[in-house]
Amino acid sequence: MEHAKEIALEARGLTRHYRLGEVTIQALRGVDLTLYQGELLVLLGASGSGKSTLLNILGGLDSASGGAVRHVDRQGSERDLTRAGPRELTRYRRHHVGFVFQFYNLISSLTARENVAIVTEIARDPMAPETALALVGLEGRLDHFPSQLSGGEQQRVAIARAVAKQPELLLCDEPTGALDFRTGIRVLEVLERINRETGTAVAIITHNEVIGEMADRVVRLRDGRVDRVHANPRRRPVGELRW
Amino acid sequence: MRTLDRKLARDLWRLKGQVLAIALVIAGGVMTLILAVTSLEALSGARERFYASHHFAEVFAEVKRAPLGLAERLAEIEGVNLLEPGVRAPMRLSLPGFRDPIRGLALSLPDGRQPLLNRLHLVAGGLPEAGRDDQAVISDAFAEAHGLMPGDRLEAILDGRRATLRVAGIALSPEFLYQVAPTDLMPDYRRYAVLWMNRRALASAFGMEGAFNHLALTLQAGASREDVIDALDLALARYGGTGAWGRDEQPSHRFIEEELRQQRLQAIVVPAIFLSVSAFLLHVVMGRLIQTQRVQVAVLKAFGYRDTELARHFALLAGAIVLLGWALGVALGAWAASALAELYRAYFRFPEMPFRVPAWALALSLAVVAAAAGLGAWRTVWREAARPPAEAMRPPAPQRFRRSWLERTLPTGLLGHEGRIVLRHLGRHPAKAGLSVAGIALSAGLLMIGAYQLDAVETMIDRQYRQVLRMDMELTFREPTPRRAEGELAHLPGVLAVEGWRRVAVTLQHGHREERVGLLGMASPPRLRQVLDAGGEPRRLPEAGLMVTRWLAESLDARVGDTLEVQVMEGKRQRLALTLSALVDEPLGVGAYLARRDLNALLAEGDAINGAWLLVDDARRQALLDALWKRPGVAAIGLLDEAEQGIRDYLDETLLAFALIFLAIASSIAFGVVYNNARIAFAERARELATLRVLGYGRAEVARILLGEIVLLTLLALPPGWAIGIAFSHLLNRAFSSDLYRLPLVLTPHAFGFAAAGVLAASLLVALMVIRRLGRLDLVASLKGVER
Repeated sequence: MEHAKEIALEARGLTRHYRLGEVTIQALRGVDLTLYQGELLVLLGASGSGKSTLLNILGGLDSASGGAVRHVDRQGSERDLTRAGPRELTRYRRHHVGFVFQFYNLISSLTARENVAIVTEIARDPMAPETALALVGLEGRLDHFPSQLSGGEQQRVAIARAVAKQPELLLCDEPTGALDFRTGIRVLEVLERINRETGTAVAIITHNEVIGEMADRVVRLRDGRVDRVHANPRRRPVGELRW
Repeated sequence: MRTLDRKLARDLWRLKGQVLAIALVIAGGVMTLILAVTSLEALSGARERFYASHHFAEVFAEVKRAPLGLAERLAEIEGVNLLEPGVRAPMRLSLPGFRDPIRGLALSLPDGRQPLLNRLHLVAGGLPEAGRDDQAVISDAFAEAHGLMPGDRLEAILDGRRATLRVAGIALSPEFLYQVAPTDLMPDYRRYAVLWMNRRALASAFGMEGAFNHLALTLQAGASREDVIDALDLALARYGGTGAWGRDEQPSHRFIEEELRQQRLQAIVVPAIFLSVSAFLLHVVMGRLIQTQRVQVAVLKAFGYRDTELARHFALLAGAIVLLGWALGVALGAWAASALAELYRAYFRFPEMPFRVPAWALALSLAVVAAAAGLGAWRTVWREAARPPAEAMRPPAPQRFRRSWLERTLPTGLLGHEGRIVLRHLGRHPAKAGLSVAGIALSAGLLMIGAYQLDAVETMIDRQYRQVLRMDMELTFREPTPRRAEGELAHLPGVLAVEGWRRVAVTLQHGHREERVGLLGMASPPRLRQVLDAGGEPRRLPEAGLMVTRWLAESLDARVGDTLEVQVMEGKRQRLALTLSALVDEPLGVGAYLARRDLNALLAEGDAINGAWLLVDDARRQALLDALWKRPGVAAIGLLDEAEQGIRDYLDETLLAFALIFLAIASSIAFGVVYNNARIAFAERARELATLRVLGYGRAEVARILLGEIVLLTLLALPPGWAIGIAFSHLLNRAFSSDLYRLPLVLTPHAFGFAAAGVLAASLLVALMVIRRLGRLDLVASLKGVER
């Protein structure tokens, strides 16, 4: 790892439990995790291992029951996410984080360009929606509505939407979960290129072991805890991944 | 914010069905207010304008005959501004080709000139030329009813002598806006005419040269009307005065005032009901509509949208719907009001009807609906915005369901899977189900008001003309006549039964309250005219004492057993004290009743009658009318079937026109509510329904679940809906009570059935629409929880 190991996000002793119907779910039981600037991290875990919960807390979408999350931006100023109020979290999501969801969560009444614009309009230093869409190879489908796009294309719109604001962190929750192999690879190539070309720290959640090979580091979650952290000597090119 | 606004526009378009349905609910509420207030203002504005421009008098008096010189002295009474004496006399008319008797009232005009007070508004022709005794101005309504034009001729009987009159002009008068014969309740323009002739012509025909029998006057600013009336009464008593009266007792003014009073009440009660119902429904529906967008709220929050930005977005969504509904309501309300104003203009003969939607009504209605929508939208946006976005995006956790007591009570196997799903779903969301039930119940309540009004009018007319008034004709004599006239009438062709009556004008007093009414002395027991008790059953006349209409007793604040002061306003002008011994419940008019022999004893006039009721053989009716026409003692002939038709027409054109408009509004509100309930239920359950489809359920089976829920909610809403309908009908019943008529509070099975059928029909229609949508459900997308 050639890049300087500057911390982007750091979690310490993170716990989270919530009630789901009549059962209490202990989703996180004390997670310690660091995400470095410019790093590509893959969070591996079976379903129920707590990886989505972790990502949601890291992204300011959810709050932890216990522990601390520290965010350091590019200018070096810090904030404690576990103590941030809703207003502070909104600012954090607005300016620092981009999300990619498994089910895209595009707004169906807006075109691809508009789905990106809805984020760039409120961002501080965004790229043009067209540029973001070109980055994911969708320059030809700017004015298509989500219902006119394939699953892979929708996910790429979602990625363009996430990166258009030029975030420091890109958090992706099972970005290929709903896609076939070939489309999944294309989506991962886009994520890898964004990480490489823009220096955005990318965290990808997946249960697919193979995807781990493209990362700088792989964090395995099991039963709400970090089971193992493993650094790849070399990031495997996405084109070589097979599953 | 441009993209968010574009989303707004597209969302509005995508949700157009629901948007329209909500707009319909809003429009309904707004429309009632605009309609009621606008037509009220049009009517009162037209009246005020006409009164002012045509110098409508403020005090009126009648005498038998007084010298003109007296009028000059009366003008000196303190507080009198302008005073004008005149001659008025009843007359009869005949027109070629029209065989029914026509009653008329002839009024004097200063020779060839407009009067000082109660000036005429000429719509055609001109005033009679000075010095001509064969020319007359006729009332516009009568002219219209018979197609008369200036230059046409009329045959008149003036004090028993025949004369031919030429129509010089056609006019409206502020005194006869509501042109009704003295003993009638409703105008009959074909059989009642008002004519104006030169003073000299009329005076010589009725032997009133150098004299007057009618006075009209206006008051100086700040003068006491009561003092002027007292002074007039004192001065006129020896000339056969029957007591002066103010505008409030002038028949035309009183009818219009009554109509306005009722409309004022209505303008409060009806829009209050409709607008509050629509505000409540709007609040519920708006909240739910936004709730269906919870995932979008979460996504936008995940991108860093602030709560205030989201609130603005949904406020615009709500605002656009509210504005659409409001504009629709204003437009429809103004349109309906202008149609009603036309009806009123035809009924009350106004030269012009100013038509303006008052700005305060616009502002008030907008404020009410905007507040209701805002509140509904606000609460939901806030609740959704307060939730961490991750939670909102997670597929909702399986909700806690349990077997309800109902399910446990019903025998196994009766329900089936679908029934169980429906029951458990409703049991899981009692608050939501409760709101749906409340919405449908309120709509059912509104529908019931409509049905109630139609029923009540029918019952009222039936009761009055089948039970109370059982005669075919009512004859009014020129003066009190010995009772043996009954025998003469019985021998006329076609007369099956005769019952003579004696009526005198009286003032009833109780404490400081006072009412002028006719005191009717009837045969005991009466056969051709019954008095009814509270249960609608005929009752006997009491052995002694007075009976009055319940409405009258209430306005006098008198109870059975109280003593009423009775001032007789004619003849010897006796002052009597009579015990109120029973109340009469009759739906139309007000009156006081006594046994005829008691009345005659009190008046010390012997066994006299001044009118008679006849039961007539229909086949010989014309022969009877011809015979009556030849008897100068008969001043007026009232035909009951014509009177009934008159009141039916009146109610059809005023009350029922309103009722039908409100019924249409209630139906659209009901549809709007049910449609939105169903659409939202569908949106909320698309995932579940899609799962069932994926599992191999057929479209019909899945439709049954949705249908089951809609129908079950509707059925549950019926009992509270009926209860609400009863309460609304009570409210309306109070608003519609006047001394002209009182709607009976009759709640027929028909009204209950109508309300039920209305909401069930709306439910089924909506269910069909939703089932069509079910066919287009994208199974995979629904399962992923992606919003379409």
